Order: sequence, then structure tokens, then C-alpha cells
Amino acid sequence: MTSMSNNLLKIEDLTVRFHGLVAVDHVSFQVEPGTVHGLIGPNGAGKTTCFNLISGLIPPTSGRAILAGAPLVGPSWKRTRAGLSRTFQNIRMFQEMTVRENVMTGMQARLHASVPEILSRLGRFRKEETAAKVRADELLEFVGLAASADRRAGDLSYGDQRRLEIARAVASGPKLLMLDEPAAGMNPTETRELVELLLRLKQDGLTLLLVEHDMHFVMSLCDRITVLNFGRKIAEGTPREVRENPDVIEAYLGAKVAERLKGGTA
Amino acid sequence: MTTFLDNFFFSYQTLIFALGINGLLALSMYTVLAVGQLSLGQAAFMGIGAYVSALLTLHLDWPFAAVLLAAMIVPALFALLIGGPTLKLTGVYLALATIALGEIIRIFCNTSDLTGGALGLSGIPNKTTFTLIFGLLALALVNFVLIARSRVGRAMEAMREDEVAAGVMGINLPAMKLGALVVSAMLAGLAGALNAHANSFIGPNDYGFDQAVTILSFALLGGIGSPFGPVLGAVILTLLPELLTALHDFKLVVNGFIIVVAVLYMPRGLLSWRIGRVG
Repeated sequence: MTSMSNNLLKIEDLTVRFHGLVAVDHVSFQVEPGTVHGLIGPNGAGKTTCFNLISGLIPPTSGRAILAGAPLVGPSWKRTRAGLSRTFQNIRMFQEMTVRENVMTGMQARLHASVPEILSRLGRFRKEETAAKVRADELLEFVGLAASADRRAGDLSYGDQRRLEIARAVASGPKLLMLDEPAAGMNPTETRELVELLLRLKQDGLTLLLVEHDMHFVMSLCDRITVLNFGRKIAEGTPREVRENPDVIEAYLGAKVAERLKGGTA
Repeated sequence: MTTFLDNFFFSYQTLIFALGINGLLALSMYTVLAVGQLSLGQAAFMGIGAYVSALLTLHLDWPFAAVLLAAMIVPALFALLIGGPTLKLTGVYLALATIALGEIIRIFCNTSDLTGGALGLSGIPNKTTFTLIFGLLALALVNFVLIARSRVGRAMEAMREDEVAAGVMGINLPAMKLGALVVSAMLAGLAGALNAHANSFIGPNDYGFDQAVTILSFALLGGIGSPFGPVLGAVILTLLPELLTALHDFKLVVNGFIIVVAVLYMPRGLLSWRIGRVG
């Protein structure tokens, strides 16, 4: 089979079984480059598990993920070096580090100064370190945290930590950025700012795959949506198609409500 | 005045040397803790360094510089041997494997003729000097600061705070862990060699589990926010028993009490100041 279709990320039959529970059950979908792709579903549908499989935090029982034509294999750090980046549902900031240091830590895959170069402060070291610092400050400017660069990351407000996590994830220069519930716990103003930030990332050519519960957020941002329920893919399409899909309505609202809605519109 | 200093130095030479050597051991412990791992093999690496160096000096009469080098390389090889398989696993496997290494080394040294059995090795010439110990300690500290303020220092702190997130940053976790263990083994081996050539005698029981825990307590007391914390911890824990000699039998009780209080009320160590990570 030749995959001549235009995709950046291709998920093929991804499956993971935890002691009899099939958390992700033969899920396949594709993310087109330059788009925002949503992965939605009720609680426990397997969205975060899907993210963990793609980013290499847990090994799949079967199936695979292919990024830009190359299968993603091995632990997470190798996948980051292959062009994948992600954020976490429960923010995982390096709290003790400063905001700038957090973003610079995101650049690990792009910094190559050897230990002798580091100890002697010669060779690639100074140039690379200065460039990293400049780039970190640019990214902080981009997400609106420039003024907080030298603050302890753990002291930032929740919304600011979310934005810092995005800056840190973008710092690796990924082909695909995966965001796990980026708007969770944000107030409406913060959510609006986040939508705007993510759209700017998209404009810059970055492809986004995101898990989110806030439907308004998902519908206003995503180009395509894949819907999971009980580990299985139940629908896929544009936001409009997904919103009108009876299986999706049933998954979210239950069969009875779906029936009544159908009756109401008929 | 100079006579006073000479006398002072003569009386307290063992203690002064111990301060520097324990400082190196504390840095050895720090190297592993700084990447979020727990090793209890520092005493074993120290013992390997001590025995290798003493044997090379006594039997082959190698120059001291070459002896010190060998005392760093041999423990490093043991670290590679242990770290390779155990560091791929998460959890306490490294701690367990290093405890086992300690026991193997202790029992081997206790029984082998080569290492003098339970009697140990004596008559090791005193080649360690004040300048050498504190020069190497200073050099190690400078290197730690240079490393801290670089991509490697950021990777180390990231691993210590959240290994999952550190992996997602693209940090080569196995290489970092193995590298840290090897460097820590080299430092401990160096300290062991310096100690052997300062005390003229080494025995198999100098490098047991209690020594491993003592080295760990240097780092825990001082704090691992920067390499200076563990060295401070080593200085305090080396001086404390001497300062408490007036208490005679209660010395160890008060010593232990001070450590417990420090750990209870300063869980991040006496020196919680952290070093900047931008070079």
C-alpha cells in the first residue's frame, strides 16, 4: 500500500491493552500538515493514552505512528529529536528553574556543545548558548511572558504556566506539537488568548494535534476532529460534520438525549 | 605565628585531609543525585580506587599521577558494568545493584591474598599533599559550576525535577545517567586513592555500607541545589564529631540528633541556593 496522501502524522491501528482493558483499540487517523487537528471524546475515551503512545511514554500493544514518513520508535527523547513535541494535561514545569531556563531546556535536542567545549567555554559553546538564549527570549515574547523570563517557573500563575509549557514545547523546533488539554482550568479570557496564540503558531506553519474538553475551543480552532469513545474511533471530520454526527451526540449526551434531539429536529 | 600554624597543621593534618577527601566524596554523591538517581556505591567506588592505587604504588611503584589516573579509570569501568543494565530500569535498581557491588568488593577484599585479606594493606607511602587534595577539590568545583551553567546542567536539573518531562525535552536519559554514574565513580575512586596515600593503611571495612550512608548524608545535609551544598555537608559532618569530643559517649547521640533536626527542618539541605543554568 502506498501512502501518497498528504499527511504529517499517520496513526496506524494503534492499540494498547492494560490487563484486559483495551484503552486504545485499533485507532487510525491522519494529521495533515499546517492544520489544527482535534482529538476529542468523553472522559476515559483514551485520548491522553493515545498521546502517551504517540510520544513514546508507553509502548503500544500493536500499531504504530509515522511522523513525516518515518515510523516513531523508541523512548520519548528519541521521538522529540525526530520532530515531535508535547505538553501535559497536568502541567509538568521544571518549577525550580527560571522561566527562561525552562524554555532553553526545551532546546536540548538542538544543542550540541561537547563536555570539553562546555568546560573550556570554547568551540560551539558560547555561540550556541547565546543563540539559545536569544531564541528563548523570542519565544517568551511570542507567548507574552518576556517580562517574567527570570522568575521561578513554579511562581507563575496557572495560565502563564500553560503558556510557558507551550513555549518550552515549541523550543525544540517540532514538526508536530501535541497539546493535552491546553485550555483546562483557564478562565474565558485566558482561553481566548490561548486560541489566538495557537492560531499564530499555525500561521507560522506549525501543525497542532490537541486533546480538549472545551467544545467551543475545539470547534473554533480545529480544522479536523477525530472522536474517540471507549478507545475506539467513532467519527472523524470537520467540526460541523462531527457536531452533527449522531454517534458523537450519543457518546456525549447518552442515547436517550440523542433520540429526543433527533425526534425534535425531524 | 608560623610555628603555631605548623603545630596546628601537624596536629590536625588528618582532619584537614579528611575535610578535602570527604568534600570530593560529597561531590561524587552529588553527581548521581543531581540527575535524580540514587546510588549507594560511592563507598565501593572509593574502595576500588583505594585498593587499585595502593597496589600499584606498593607492587609496581607507578608514579603517583598515573596511580591517581588508574584509581579513577578502574571504578569508572565498574560503573559502566553496573550502570549499563540497571539504569535502563526506573526505580531503586541502581541503589540495589550498588549495594551489592559494595558487598562484593568488601568480601573480595576480606578474602583475597592480593588485597591483604582482613588485615588490609599497610605501609602505603604518604604521597597525598594538602595542595593536591584541595587543588583537586577546587578544580572539581569549578568544573561542576561550568557544567551547571550549560545545556548539561539544565538537563541534569530537569531530570531531577521530572524525568518524564525531561525525556520529552529530548534529553538522552540513559546517556546522562550513565555519564553521571561514571563521573561519580571517578571522583570517589580519586578520593579513595588520596585517602589511601594519606593514611598509609587501608582495610576492607573502611568501604562498607555505613561509609556509603555517611557519604549520602553529606549530600542530604548540604542540599543538592548546587555542588557547594554537599561539600558544606561534608565539612560539617567531618568537623562535628571533632567539635563534640567533649561530650565523650554522647558524641554520636548529639551528632545524630543534629542531623535529624537539620533534615527535618531543612529538607532541601542547609544550602538551598540553586545555581543559574544559563552559561
